[in-house]
Amino acid sequence: MSTTSGKFLQSSLGKKLLMGLTGLFLVSFLIVHVSINACIYFNDGGATFNAAAHFMAHNPVIRVVEIGLFIGLILHAVQALMLTMQNNKARPVKYAVPAGNVSSKWYSRSMGILGSLLLLFLVVHLANFWVPTKQAVFNDMEHDTFAGLKEVFSKWYFVGVYMVGVISLGYHLLHGFQSAFQSLGLNHKKYTPMIKSFGFWFSIIITLLFASMPITMFLGLIK
Amino acid sequence: MSHGNMNLTLKVWRQKNTKATGKLETYKVTDISPDMSFLEMFDVLNEQLINKGEEPIAFDHDCREGICGMCSMYINGRAHGPKSAITTCQLHMRSFKDGDTIVVEPWRAAAFPVIKDLTVDRSAFDRIISKGGFISVNTGNAQDANCLPIPKPDADAAFEAAACIGCGACVATCKNSSAMLFVSAKISQLALLPQGQVERTSRAKNMVAQMDEEGFGNCTNTGACEVECPKGISLENIARMNREFFMANIKE
Amino acid sequence: MSKLDSKIPEGDLEQKWTKYRSTIALVNPANKRSLEIIVVGSGLAGASAASSLAEMGYKVKVLCFQDSARRAHSIAAQGGINAAKNYQNDGDSTYRLFYDTIKGGDYRAREANVYRLAEVSANIIDQCVAQGVPLAREYGGMLSNRSFGGTQVQRTFYAAGQTGQQLLLGAYSALQRQVGLGNVEMLSRHEMLEVVTIDGKARGIIARDLVSGKLERHFGHAVLLCTGGYGNVFFLSTNAMGSNVTAAWKAHKKGAFFGNPCYTQIHPTCIPVSGDHQSKLTLMSESLRNDGRIWVPKKKEDAEAIRAGKKKANDIAEEDRDYYLERRYPAFGNLVPRDVASRAAKERCDAGFGVNKTGEAVYLDFASNMKYKYGKQEAIKKGITNPTEKQLHELGKEVVKEKYGNLFDMYKQITGEDPYEVPMMIYPAVHYTMGGLWVDYNLMTTVPGLYALGEANFSDHGANRLGASALMQGLADGYFVIPYTIGAYLSNEIRTKAIPTSHPAFEEAENKVREQINKFFAIKGTKSVDHFHKRLGKIMWDKCGMARNESGLKQAITEIQQLQKEFWSDVRVPGSADEFNPELEKAGRVADFLELGELMCQDALHRRESCGGHFREESQETEGEQQGEAKRDDANFMYVAAWEFKGPNSFELHKEELKYDVIKVSQRSYK
Repeated sequence: MSTTSGKFLQSSLGKKLLMGLTGLFLVSFLIVHVSINACIYFNDGGATFNAAAHFMAHNPVIRVVEIGLFIGLILHAVQALMLTMQNNKARPVKYAVPAGNVSSKWYSRSMGILGSLLLLFLVVHLANFWVPTKQAVFNDMEHDTFAGLKEVFSKWYFVGVYMVGVISLGYHLLHGFQSAFQSLGLNHKKYTPMIKSFGFWFSIIITLLFASMPITMFLGLIK
Repeated sequence: MSHGNMNLTLKVWRQKNTKATGKLETYKVTDISPDMSFLEMFDVLNEQLINKGEEPIAFDHDCREGICGMCSMYINGRAHGPKSAITTCQLHMRSFKDGDTIVVEPWRAAAFPVIKDLTVDRSAFDRIISKGGFISVNTGNAQDANCLPIPKPDADAAFEAAACIGCGACVATCKNSSAMLFVSAKISQLALLPQGQVERTSRAKNMVAQMDEEGFGNCTNTGACEVECPKGISLENIARMNREFFMANIKE
Repeated sequence: MSKLDSKIPEGDLEQKWTKYRSTIALVNPANKRSLEIIVVGSGLAGASAASSLAEMGYKVKVLCFQDSARRAHSIAAQGGINAAKNYQNDGDSTYRLFYDTIKGGDYRAREANVYRLAEVSANIIDQCVAQGVPLAREYGGMLSNRSFGGTQVQRTFYAAGQTGQQLLLGAYSALQRQVGLGNVEMLSRHEMLEVVTIDGKARGIIARDLVSGKLERHFGHAVLLCTGGYGNVFFLSTNAMGSNVTAAWKAHKKGAFFGNPCYTQIHPTCIPVSGDHQSKLTLMSESLRNDGRIWVPKKKEDAEAIRAGKKKANDIAEEDRDYYLERRYPAFGNLVPRDVASRAAKERCDAGFGVNKTGEAVYLDFASNMKYKYGKQEAIKKGITNPTEKQLHELGKEVVKEKYGNLFDMYKQITGEDPYEVPMMIYPAVHYTMGGLWVDYNLMTTVPGLYALGEANFSDHGANRLGASALMQGLADGYFVIPYTIGAYLSNEIRTKAIPTSHPAFEEAENKVREQINKFFAIKGTKSVDHFHKRLGKIMWDKCGMARNESGLKQAITEIQQLQKEFWSDVRVPGSADEFNPELEKAGRVADFLELGELMCQDALHRRESCGGHFREESQETEGEQQGEAKRDDANFMYVAAWEFKGPNSFELHKEELKYDVIKVSQRSYK
């Protein structure tokens, strides 16, 4: 059994499945994340937001899911790295005239780059928020995440970095969302167009929501 | 011999053999007729090279009516050239303009080594088929053909998948040199038909395993293969192959 | 006594095959494993034979010059495959298929062979369906049929316009299965260049690995040539660029007689030549004649105006159109056999009614069926009352698209014109060769152990092949004939050990091949291989094409001999022998075509009658209803002409008399 499942995960289609599953799992996290962040729009000095953040930092179920999230993220990234290396090996001599955008979208061909940007962004992002929160939890202190938010987004270069990260995320999702369903073998004349259009709007809305936060805070619209 | 009035610059990949390193060489062709096929334009160029005492360009071609799957050529960044849903032999010069520069390269994939110039070795496809792209029925085993009614939609869908000509454009155009469109077309055709049910599980597993062994890349769902496929094989087939493969692994 | 023994079994026609099949000597399974068979060619005949023989337990080796077995030119067959299934309940039967084929072949085929073909035709469909070949179906799930030329029943099975592709991929998959199981060794990009005979029996071949250029020796207890036809002798034909006669010709020079070389099928519906750059011609399936009506203008001035570009087809009023096939052959109309349709087109064009720039084209028009047959049907289905002409056109277009979409697309791609809006222009082109290596009932040539299957042999189509019968014959030979008949020979070979390829006969054969290759490079001439091929093609098309006469044929022979000399002193073959060298491959093939062309003219010259695809201008009906139609001469020419190679430019004729015990020979009328 272990050898067959090992084989399965080593196969090209097994890897695809894993990429799709972990991708969708990460997408589900994004929904939670954006919902919590959106609490800043209560514009109540961060009270609602901090309450939600506190819940997220202390709820034992969330803590367990968090571990799963990291595993998912690592799997997704490591797998992607391995696939990319394999794909590069599959074409040792490149074309003099590369394929243009006639047959495929640029972002669908750039998932590796977009993903790498996202990963870099994540390092900054975790350093900005996750690390201080964890330190506080570890030291059993209350942490004002909202204050942290204001602090970080008062600096133009952080806002810039976040914009790059969020846009990368948007394009990553634009291809990744519907692609995951295809990888899972879910392609249907009737439902695939729905999935595609849902994925399209989902990517745009998530991107706009995430992007609006640093901007509104930088502009001082959130008190 | 005058044909027409187009003058073109061609940049063609020349490579002596599999081991040699190749490079793009520049050639001029004149008096090209818009009614010529792309390959006939290459015939003119080759005739010109032979008359000059140079080596003609080796390229694969046979039926020249778009069905054998032998012709290839990656033209200006597109498999089988700028038009969709056709092979290179069906590409006609009226798709180009006088004065154009056209870059012609072989299919590029580790699994398709260059034999010479624009000719590549696609025997990997045969090896994949020999691992399961069939129904194990010996000659003489068959029952009457109408004993097995097949719903027209199934028969039509199977036919659409079976229309694959094995040219390799999907591999050539895929940024990852993935062969999944080709493999999935065969798996789909047989999975859709009642005749294919008996070996369904082993077929999916064995063909995918051989595909991986040949060194093709992975599918990242860019969809380029579907767009460039001269026979319009659909991405649905890849999804179906994924399902077939997962189910096969769950069952056994 | 003739040297030719056709080995036709005794007994009633209906019982010949059944009885014979049950009495052929068998090879026991243990012995099969030590018997080696070489199959040259991987088309319908080759792939089906190789897979069937491998399934039975023989050790099989298959060679093809293409990069994969799946590329063989059988793949290009469009319209369909005949089978006497009578699924349409329209009066079809084995006998009727047999009768249609003999009649279609103008009474120049063997009764016994054709009857066997008709008998096994039904099994072919069963086998292909079992393999997963997606043949067209009706909504009830049953197989669909269509009609083809030369018949009045619907017996043609099809898969859109890609029947050949689907059948070949079926056979290919069976072949690859045996490759995977290790029962077949597949050698693609290999070309057979010589037959090796030992003590008068075929014992192997010399082949060139086209990638490395190495010459290889292969031993076989039997050798099967499934190498297709030789239509490319005309340079322009519907054959693939690589289709060639080399294997058959080398066999001929090693003692295999060549049967009826002059019987060439000129297919009536091909896309006309567009210029002198043309490298090949593209067929538009005969199935189109089900729905297309063929016409030229009635008035010469209209034709002239069209040629000058002043008028278009759609400008010609209905009453000014000459639907000449419907006029001349009311019973069969646009569905007359191919030879008849081709000659009728040539007759109209020669008389000055041709419709493209060159004057060599006629119209194939779908407008009326599109509108008034399919358009109306669809309108009724959709409940549209009083549809407009435009609506009818649009509705009908969808139906036509479903039936022939790929063909229409192909036509548009090649010509730049949209056949949904304007009529197609078509002209006859070389398509198939009924002639080929002479074989007996077992499909064995005059060289023991050397077989010829499919288009490579001469056997089943007489002087003209009916549409959708080539696929049938190729698969019949491979799936259902050779697996039985080869036993008659191999059962006597079970004591023959594999002969080492160091045997002097292999040595000698390989040296001969090497000599020819070296000779090509030594000439260092000034003209390309294609140059000579095109010139040969022109001679053949002008003088040994759709119509032939004595003086033209004699002239052609002189011209071809002259061209042979020029070829061997002035051809330029670039590159070297030890590499991938397509020019070298072509040189070898054209050298053989040059010799074959001469024999075809010899055969056409000696056959002073018109029959099927062979039309001698001297032999036409001069009066009555049949005036201008081909005139057979049964008293003098009811035989198979089998030619023996006697040395350069020298061939000896042997005759195999044809006896018709069951069918009453009569004038072939489609009026």
